Amino acid sequence: MSYETHDDLYYTEDHEWARPEDGTATIGLADYAQDELGDLVFFELPAVGDELTQGDAFAVVESIKAVSDVYAPVSGEVIEVNEALHDNPELTNEDPYGDGWLVKVEMADPDELDNLYDIDAYEAELLE
Amino acid sequence: MSLTRPPLYAVHEDNGASFTGFGGWDMPVEFDGIRTEHQAVREDVGIFDVSHMGQVRITGPDAAELNGRLLTNKVHSMEIGEGRYNGMLNEEGNLIEDTIVYRQPDADGTEQYLAVPNVGNDEMMADRWRAHRDEWGLDADIEIETEDYAMVAVQGPNAPEQVDAATDEDVLDVGRYSGTYATIDGVEMWVARTGYTGEDGFEIAGPVAEAETLWNAFDDVQPCGLGARDTLRMEYGLLLSGQDFDPEETPATPYEAKIGFAVDLDHEFVGRDVLQQQQEEGVDKEFVGLKLNDRGVPRHGYPIESPDGDEIGTVTSGTMAPTIGEAIGLGYVDTDYAEPGTDVNIMIRDAPKSATIESHRFLA
Repeated sequence: MSYETHDDLYYTEDHEWARPEDGTATIGLADYAQDELGDLVFFELPAVGDELTQGDAFAVVESIKAVSDVYAPVSGEVIEVNEALHDNPELTNEDPYGDGWLVKVEMADPDELDNLYDIDAYEAELLE
Repeated sequence: MSLTRPPLYAVHEDNGASFTGFGGWDMPVEFDGIRTEHQAVREDVGIFDVSHMGQVRITGPDAAELNGRLLTNKVHSMEIGEGRYNGMLNEEGNLIEDTIVYRQPDADGTEQYLAVPNVGNDEMMADRWRAHRDEWGLDADIEIETEDYAMVAVQGPNAPEQVDAATDEDVLDVGRYSGTYATIDGVEMWVARTGYTGEDGFEIAGPVAEAETLWNAFDDVQPCGLGARDTLRMEYGLLLSGQDFDPEETPATPYEAKIGFAVDLDHEFVGRDVLQQQQEEGVDKEFVGLKLNDRGVPRHGYPIESPDGDEIGTVTSGTMAPTIGEAIGLGYVDTDYAEPGTDVNIMIRDAPKSATIESHRFLA
């Protein structure tokens, strides 16, 4: 089975991704994560203004069969939340790197990206 | 602990299944997505590998009496081909296990019974039967045959015609909970009109060497995993052993668990005195359905509170229900709160979420 990956993203070992842009980062679940979880039915997302800490749980995602924590790939203040997921959590199944994004943060420390996998390292991780 | 692979493991792998550990077995949890599989069973037909279910054979002149003394239903007086759903209780009257027992055709003049306990409970059941047989001085043999047979469930409104087409014999007149031997591709199999989805259908056991013959005997049936099996049974309020009742974690009598239809008080069985008393005096807690009004999903172990904040029960199962289209739960609440329409709160990650009590049989 092969999973979609993007070369402008940084990945965690828990299969979250961050897309850095002008000091902000959009955060979501990788294709592998949405596939493993199966049909998604519920997101519990933080609010605008909440602070995320790299490596800490900041959201909850539920599929039909399971509940999972979502871990922050980078630290920062939430500046935007994907409200569409409240009514259509399946967006993350259908388009994990696009319409299925979770939150956008103002990055506290862009150097934290060095702690994440780039596409090559992430693809190697997926093969294991 | 290594997991037992069902005889059809490689076939499922080729079919693109993902697997999960369940009671010591490595079983397919999903083939094409839970929603897809769930819908196929509700509207058409699906097939499940249920080879993880236990099979225990009880034979001998006192087999019927032994079964009767250890099970809640009238299994001591069954005709050949009859099956019955039962609770198995401890001395406190709490459910240890639920199981269907069939009376199969006699062999060499000896009565034959097949019990199908839940995954991982075959040894517990066999040990219990042997210990009581010896204590009571009864004449019966108990054999675990779980790994000698593959078992599938063919379920859905179109399941009967599929199974009928696959068998040489006419099986459409086999009644609910009954079973018969029938021939599929030249192989004799035990075909019973039972299931765990709320839909019509059959559960079929055949020799393990013929597992693929059995799996491939049906055309255009949706392969289904344990994920859909769980959502299907929840919408009908069917109990999951070890989760909706458990002698240590979630003690419940058959009356509390709302399976009084499987209790026959007119015979002696372990735990009967407690049930007799409950029948006269009523129960303090009841198994109910819950519909969540707020966003979220009820899950096993979440506390249930009254609107005043008193803890009144616990969720034992929950999901986003595909056919109902809402988040549902099953669980126990104090009898005072068990009336359908009662407003309660389910505590989800320490926050109260509004829910309404319903019948546990959401779709029935």
